[in-house]
Amino acid sequence: MLRFLTERAIGMAVTLFLVSIMVFVIMELPPGDYADRYAFRKYSGTGLTITEADVAAIRAELGLDKAAILRYFDWIGGIILRGDFGQAYAFETSVNSIIGEKAWLTLGLLLVTLIITYVVSIPIGIFAAVRRGSAVDYGLTVFSYLGLALPNFLLALVLLYFANSWFGAAVGGLFSAEYADAPWSLAKFWDLVKHMWLPAFVLAWSAMAYQIQTVRATMSDEIGKLSVTAARARGVPEGRLLLKYPARLAINPIASTIGFDVNRIFSELPIVAAVLGLTELGDLLLKSFLDLDMNVAGAILLLLTVVIVVMNFLSDLLLAWLDPRIRLGG
Amino acid sequence: MSATEDPRPETRTERRERERRERYYAASQWTLIWWRFRRHRAAMVAAAILGLMMFLGIFAEFFAPYGPTDRDRTYVSGPPQLPMFCDHNGCSLRPFVHGTSTVRDPVTLRAVARPDPETRRYVHFFVPAEPTKLMGLIPSQTRFFGLEDGEKLHLWGTDTLGRDVFSRTLFATRTSLSIGVLGVLISFVLALTIGGVAGYFGGLIDSAIQRVTEVVRVIPIIPLYMGLAAAMPKEWSSTQVYFAMTLILGLFGWPTLARRIRSQLLSIRGEDYVLAAELAGARPGRIIANHMLPSFTSFIIVDLVISFPYMILSETALSFVGLGLRPPAVSWGVMLQQAQSIQVIEQAPWLFIPAGFVVIAVLAFTVVGDGLRDAADPYGQSG
Repeated sequence: MLRFLTERAIGMAVTLFLVSIMVFVIMELPPGDYADRYAFRKYSGTGLTITEADVAAIRAELGLDKAAILRYFDWIGGIILRGDFGQAYAFETSVNSIIGEKAWLTLGLLLVTLIITYVVSIPIGIFAAVRRGSAVDYGLTVFSYLGLALPNFLLALVLLYFANSWFGAAVGGLFSAEYADAPWSLAKFWDLVKHMWLPAFVLAWSAMAYQIQTVRATMSDEIGKLSVTAARARGVPEGRLLLKYPARLAINPIASTIGFDVNRIFSELPIVAAVLGLTELGDLLLKSFLDLDMNVAGAILLLLTVVIVVMNFLSDLLLAWLDPRIRLGG
Repeated sequence: MSATEDPRPETRTERRERERRERYYAASQWTLIWWRFRRHRAAMVAAAILGLMMFLGIFAEFFAPYGPTDRDRTYVSGPPQLPMFCDHNGCSLRPFVHGTSTVRDPVTLRAVARPDPETRRYVHFFVPAEPTKLMGLIPSQTRFFGLEDGEKLHLWGTDTLGRDVFSRTLFATRTSLSIGVLGVLISFVLALTIGGVAGYFGGLIDSAIQRVTEVVRVIPIIPLYMGLAAAMPKEWSSTQVYFAMTLILGLFGWPTLARRIRSQLLSIRGEDYVLAAELAGARPGRIIANHMLPSFTSFIIVDLVISFPYMILSETALSFVGLGLRPPAVSWGVMLQQAQSIQVIEQAPWLFIPAGFVVIAVLAFTVVGDGLRDAADPYGQSG
């Protein structure tokens, strides 16, 4: 078990290192650098003439004239040693102060989304497998096709429209206007809960469709096994029998794909955030890509990926705990 | 010809049965797959829908009555005009639409097109029109349908600039599907190379490649695409952006297929015929392409078809938020950019028609992929 743990932990570290290089490359990709943009923002409209020398001076001041590899180590060193993601140029403040609270909101949203996904998909998947070929099963197949085919931003728009016409009030965003900048309180938290279900449902949509199919497929395989027949012969009540043998195994593939689901959810986050007017990392990521504020964008991309990698690790652990074959074989 | 020793002459049904069997035993793998696929009714329907979409997209210049950027200033944000056969003045065999007249909205003072139920404009087929080039190559002066004497028919209404939604949707179909095709092709070549090298050589090379694959798989794909798309210079022309987009989509679409190819190659790496080819002096590239790949080509094709929807959805999502294709290029995502708010759903729901195309295309690709997967499985039920 210890060996299994260390192996996975080392693998995780290597992956994170490579991810950080990749993110850094993406941050470096856009043409021009911050010195140009900084000079433009600061002096445009002032009537002053900017020379190459001025830009070069700004560049030196910001430390942008160093070689890429040095800048990479500055960047990653700051993150690892001090938790400092550098300057956010578009907002003229530090990345940390922009991301700060939003990171927790995003994590909260992710958690709610995951809970919705599994609470819905596991029982429904089991039910569909037990009632194979029924109208419910058929309907679920159609739903799972739609889960892939209906782009989530479209689903978000449609739900927004119906929520608007049924509930009247605007349901977009994560907070009502009066709570947006208010300090945390019970009332604000309740406001958040009231707003969170819609984005969480939209984000859970395709993961749900996918997982229902997975649970249904594994469950269908397991139901035909001899262990089930044997238990039935022993007279174990049908409900307990289903939970104890096939359902117990049908959960394994879900445990092994948690990281995959998180990846899917984060992938859809920026688009859904744009439609629903959410104010968390996905929305910020999109805005900073559009503004080419690459320090913010890179920091968010890195954070999202770290969450995914950690979730992958946790899912490995969970699977090893659920399935002794992996624990002992690995 | 037949090897039967039976002196009794064959009856017609017997001969038919024998021929059916001979066909079955003589059929190549691809014929068998096609026979099995043909029996999958949903997949056949989906394939037909895709075929139709591609056909409409390829010949968009012929089927679309107007160009993708032509503006009709007399019919801005106009609702769809559905051809009808009957109105309160009686019926006609030739479909027609009502004429419109432009009036000013008393409140907003905007020019609004209002249908005039007394005038009729008849729909004609194969009408002469301004010269265009089919697929940019073949000169043509005929359009599939249109109204008499230069009046304009907006089957699915117009957008806020007075551009015909139907025409734009057809051109968008061409763009979106072709981006999918090119993206899939690029990622296919990459997957083949990367998966091939990893699976054939194994060992250290394999572990290194596996690490890189892991990294590409672990970064959320749409944010990754966004980062690359954001790096495209703003002054690029829409054609440059188009090709850059296909590259971006293709560049990171390979991991799933590469893993599949790798594991398949690893599993047949030790077969005798591979060793035989090696002893005969064949080089790795030839062994992979000529000896190993054919044993699982059908699976690769299935995976390719299944990866289409992701390409199309990614392109749509990126263009939708303004990081993908840019006007004047027109794709489903670019069109949907105009439909980002609830207000649009309320005031101009026809701007959502391209979304229907996205859903149908993705569904069709998925169903065809499923059908192909069942058909390509030699141990499937309907063998």
